[in-house]
Amino acid sequence: MTIQFKKETFRDDFTFSNSPEAIRRFPFPFDKDQYMYAVNIEQHMPGPEKSPYEFPIDIDEHYVAEMEDRALVLKQDPLRCQSLPHMITAEWDLVELLMESMAKNYPEHFQLTRDGDRWHWVNQPLGIDQRFTFGDTATLPCPPMEYITRQCQGDFNLLDQRHDNLWMDAGIVTTQADWSLDFDIGMNFMEWHAPVPIAHDLGVFDRALKFLLNLQQGRPVRRLNWTMTINPRLDTSPENYHKWGIDRTTVTPENVGNKVHLRVELQALWRLPRSNAIVFSIRAYLIKMEELVTIPKWARRFHRVLRDLPPELADYKGLTRYRETTVDWLSKYDDGAPTSPGFFPD
Amino acid sequence: MPIKSRPIYPGLKLDQRARRHLVAAEGEGALAVLAIFEGKGDAAASATIVYTPGGSAGEDHAEKLADLKPDALHVMPSQETAIVRLNGLLGNAAMGTRLYAAGVEGFIGKVIASGLEHGVDHQSIYTEHCGSLARRVQCVHCKGMTENVTATPFTCSHCGLNLFVRDHYSRRLAAFQGVVVDCETPGELPEIEELYR
Repeated sequence: MTIQFKKETFRDDFTFSNSPEAIRRFPFPFDKDQYMYAVNIEQHMPGPEKSPYEFPIDIDEHYVAEMEDRALVLKQDPLRCQSLPHMITAEWDLVELLMESMAKNYPEHFQLTRDGDRWHWVNQPLGIDQRFTFGDTATLPCPPMEYITRQCQGDFNLLDQRHDNLWMDAGIVTTQADWSLDFDIGMNFMEWHAPVPIAHDLGVFDRALKFLLNLQQGRPVRRLNWTMTINPRLDTSPENYHKWGIDRTTVTPENVGNKVHLRVELQALWRLPRSNAIVFSIRAYLIKMEELVTIPKWARRFHRVLRDLPPELADYKGLTRYRETTVDWLSKYDDGAPTSPGFFPD
Repeated sequence: MPIKSRPIYPGLKLDQRARRHLVAAEGEGALAVLAIFEGKGDAAASATIVYTPGGSAGEDHAEKLADLKPDALHVMPSQETAIVRLNGLLGNAAMGTRLYAAGVEGFIGKVIASGLEHGVDHQSIYTEHCGSLARRVQCVHCKGMTENVTATPFTCSHCGLNLFVRDHYSRRLAAFQGVVVDCETPGELPEIEELYR
């Protein structure tokens, strides 16, 4: 299966869009007509064919364009990629995880040949052909985590485990929903989640941490998270909020369909073999309202979820300014009919 | 509600088992230091104190610290110079050294950050918050630090953006996070609140 990679942008003229196939495989995050925080962690098992869960690492039609956007972000702000010195073993673990997974599941695009420590990596969509010595940083053009994550969709964090806690000690973060790696690096699990409302009191983070401390090698887990973004902008960082925040004031009843996007994060966690660190990947998927409503079940359900969202959650997610306009627009696609259980289209 | 990423400063106490006491104090933090070493001549004799008077310059705290007869007392003209001196001392510190920090939050944060750079676990540092509640804030946009922030919103002393102070604290940076407040409502600022006097 060869993927047709699209030429598109996530800034300036915002030419991003989803093909009908990409819409159908969108990881719609609501299995009910309302939403509240939960420890919605499940095994990261292979899912239905063509779904974003089919393989551990999902590569889709936006791959090349997303990698170009990442390169632009890093050029403007090198602090988006940082790693504390003790994380170098985990960086190599990540190289292995991503190269193995990409080469195994997308062999027509990526090839990996291993001969002991001598590895040969070919990335055809990005035109890369690299021979290197696994474990020897000097044989790559940049540090290992940066090298491989410039070639893989999604943000990646490497979490060190010590003192019964997880510490965010390395990461590459260019497509984030308003959090700063530069600020959070070195924090533990409770600390980097400090600004999230409500969930602390629900005990969500205590339970999630306990669960993750026991994460086993070869048994990755995943969860979905969501927010909304105006324009298909991947780099909604706090660093650049003074530039993109104004977009939230530009939503009108006429442009909701094209401007307002549901942004879903497929978060996955793997235990790494050499370092005992954990990979925390955050892969963002965007879908415009006019694309979303082509799936009638999703149109009805998202209208209800957004309409009934608790105000503090709407505030935290930054939706307040354009929520009502969006709910009004969506209401045209909600005839009040019951929705079927589960995430998938009918 | 406490800020989950903000350290807790339980107050100074003397570590009786420490072989050396490395004490960094700012302003009114001197009083906390005096309280734990008063009448403990042996402990004081194995203490190195780095003190910067800050806003307490008019008081006689430095003299009182000298009266403890510590092994060494370094009275420094600013937080920055105190941290430079502390870094020098940490570079030569031996096993069995206990690190203490007392003063305004920004100063404690810098001491903890120095400790981290020298391999001192932040949880092992004894801390006490004294004096003003002013915050040290990093602008998330230009990354510039503004010291002694007492109100939100305030103007970044580097890039000039109007920032509100998010309840999120980085130990590594020893700072709260400042985020632009009026980019969705240009020219419309929320009322300035003096929250951190």
